[in-house]
Amino acid sequence: MSENVKQLIKGNEAAVYGALMGGATHFFGYPITPASEIAQGAARYFTLAGRHFLQAESEVAVINMLYGSAAAGARVMTASSGPGMSLMAEGLSYIAGAELPCVVVDVQRAGPGLGNIWPEQSDYNITVKGGGHGNYKSIVLAPHSAQELCDFTYQAFELADRYRITVIILADAYIGQMMEPVEIPGIVLQGQRKDWALYGDRESRGNLVTSILMDPQLQSEHNWMLQDKYEQIAREFCLWDEVETEDAEYLFVAYGITSRICHSAVEELRSKGIKAGLLRPQTLTPFPQKRLKELASTGRTIISAELSNGMMAEDVDRIFAGKAECERFCWLGGIIPSVQDIVERVGTLARGGTL
Amino acid sequence: MIVKEKPKAFYDTFERKGAGEKVTHYCPGCGHGTAHKLIAEVLAEMEIQDRTIFLSPVGCSVFAYYYMDTGNIQCAHGRAPAVGTGIRRTRKDAILISYQGDGDLAAIGTAEIIHAANRGENLTVFFINNAIYGMTGGQMAPTTLEGQKTLTTPLGRSPGRDGHPIGMSEVMASLKTPVFIERVSLSTPGKVLKARKVFRKALENQVDRKGFSFVEVLSPCPINWKMDPVEARKWMQDQLEPLYPVQNFRDHSEIPTPADDTLPFLNDAALIELLQTGGSVPEPPSTSEKLEQRVKIAGFGGQGVLSAGVLLANYVLARGYQATWLPSYGPEMRGGKANASVIFSTREIGSPVVAHPNVLIALNTPSLVSFEQDVQPGGLILVNSSLIKEKVSRKDVEVLEIPASEMAREGGVLATANIIMLTIYLKHRDLADIRILKGILPGSVKRKEAVDLNLRMIDRALEYYERMFS
Repeated sequence: MSENVKQLIKGNEAAVYGALMGGATHFFGYPITPASEIAQGAARYFTLAGRHFLQAESEVAVINMLYGSAAAGARVMTASSGPGMSLMAEGLSYIAGAELPCVVVDVQRAGPGLGNIWPEQSDYNITVKGGGHGNYKSIVLAPHSAQELCDFTYQAFELADRYRITVIILADAYIGQMMEPVEIPGIVLQGQRKDWALYGDRESRGNLVTSILMDPQLQSEHNWMLQDKYEQIAREFCLWDEVETEDAEYLFVAYGITSRICHSAVEELRSKGIKAGLLRPQTLTPFPQKRLKELASTGRTIISAELSNGMMAEDVDRIFAGKAECERFCWLGGIIPSVQDIVERVGTLARGGTL
Repeated sequence: MIVKEKPKAFYDTFERKGAGEKVTHYCPGCGHGTAHKLIAEVLAEMEIQDRTIFLSPVGCSVFAYYYMDTGNIQCAHGRAPAVGTGIRRTRKDAILISYQGDGDLAAIGTAEIIHAANRGENLTVFFINNAIYGMTGGQMAPTTLEGQKTLTTPLGRSPGRDGHPIGMSEVMASLKTPVFIERVSLSTPGKVLKARKVFRKALENQVDRKGFSFVEVLSPCPINWKMDPVEARKWMQDQLEPLYPVQNFRDHSEIPTPADDTLPFLNDAALIELLQTGGSVPEPPSTSEKLEQRVKIAGFGGQGVLSAGVLLANYVLARGYQATWLPSYGPEMRGGKANASVIFSTREIGSPVVAHPNVLIALNTPSLVSFEQDVQPGGLILVNSSLIKEKVSRKDVEVLEIPASEMAREGGVLATANIIMLTIYLKHRDLADIRILKGILPGSVKRKEAVDLNLRMIDRALEYYERMFS
């Protein structure tokens, strides 16, 4: 078949396709709405493709299975949502400490607690800022379409292996549940043998995977090495997308489903003669702060739009450090703003009003 | 047997440990040293040291990797059986030793041990039961004896407050899957020799891929028991062993091993083919005109609302349009109502949410009531007049009334009303390419025997349209 075959699939399913093409060999999962189709898809397609799927007894077990499998050299992944991410925090911290490559898809729902199954973007802090204990970071990719869920998951395994890091694909209930045309990548990837991993053979017998360093000096050196790695990643890898930014007087900063709605709002505002634009971070860690700083230097109004209480806005504010005016458009609880809502708010600002 | 040299599975010097390169970090009289030695001897004897990965727990033995010259991995508290599962599913030939204490296995890690055992993971668990938390300085464990004083049971463990001691071998024996369960003790040299045989058996089972083997090891902790090593061993015999009988609970190692569950290999081309099943190469768009249709299809569950949306999206995808499909999200979902939003466009689609449709396909009355007012001026409403007796009150929209449910019933299957409505919508907007629509349809119909019927309903809808609307 041609490489240009497109098919209409759910974002969640696209993540499974991307994973298989990206060389994932192991999926450990536990069902949770709105991410369950990823485990279901993996159960089907990983098994048909001769890869491995296992449903664990809990998210706690899931993330530790990832830990073990990654330590044994596999390309591993799981998918979850808010409450499950909380349960995985412990394991993610150990994975960071032991520098194991892992891929986690988080299809965000509303919290705190059980919350509900509609979209929020309130896992921003627990994915972008670490999430478990200790000084660590993950790479966080934020897809806005089924195609990007496929592409980012595909890319995630190479990134995870290159930096020995967890790559989190931070989607949301809408991006995971909507169907869109998806074209799978043309080439199937696979991982190489890792000189630090445990293969259960003579060559790897001396290897040790651990995160415990009792000597404060050694722990300090290890932790600073991790920080250097995160800085290296920030220098080497950062993705974003722009819509009508150059002359924008009102610049939205938004990711995921919110960026799609802001994109429509930009078109609507432009048709009304209001110069709006959109900066869409595709990586939330590292954040495209250099580009944002450039755009901020020209005195435009920056609008951080997100389905959280301003988690990303705090980072945006910090990047501007008072150089630009930053408005916050925030929605909580699974409420999705309409394009009209956003257009009206910006209209109010343009008329000199306050929100 | 007199052992004169350090077992070969131990490192000669403990370089990872730094200070004190020849001595262990365990307390005098502690059972870990003995248990480690037995494992190291058996690994060397069985010549499986190169294949072994030792799973260190949280607890005093977290540093087992100082001593074991094998692959080593350190696990979070209680999680070793899950970590072991991850490795097992990756490396079939590795020998995995999960070495866990009573806090690790019987408290924080109960879920992981039970489920790893129940799945029959091919691994060997050594469960060191010393009736107390060692590393944190002597607090109550699930295995602490009734009345036993610890830092967190200063007046003695009270069953009324703290529960009774847990016998993990007995718990394990309540599961069907484990192959081998035995409790041993390190209280006397004779029992240590017996334990050695059991250790070997538990590892042989793994080499032979028999499944899950569990060895509970009663082990002294003189420091935290506040006894000298000799008293500690006497206390084990007098107090610990009567409560935790030293015995074999199960040996199913003679039963034939389960069939290998190795999955078939799929090469790259076959994988790509699998993942592209149901896809198509879109035709180039037939028109360069800008077009954007924001379609809401609404009805009740069972009317094929969501699947009609999928069919529409698949169809317009094949016609070269951008497309999004979103299932109903909102309070109108209650009461069995369902709706699908489909947008298709010649340009990139921003928001996939259809708040103001320019096409509403209403299959039942609540759908019309819910969404009529949202339709954009100049939009189109298709009404299933078989079920909807109300008239559309809007004067600024176009309305097509179609007795779709009746037509579907006459055709034989009520659930084809969705196809009828969809076909008429496409025809009316001059978007119908019947060849493509019919080509797409079989992939969207769940019951394969219903494909022909659905194809016939497309023709019936076209015929009706010609007769009534053209």
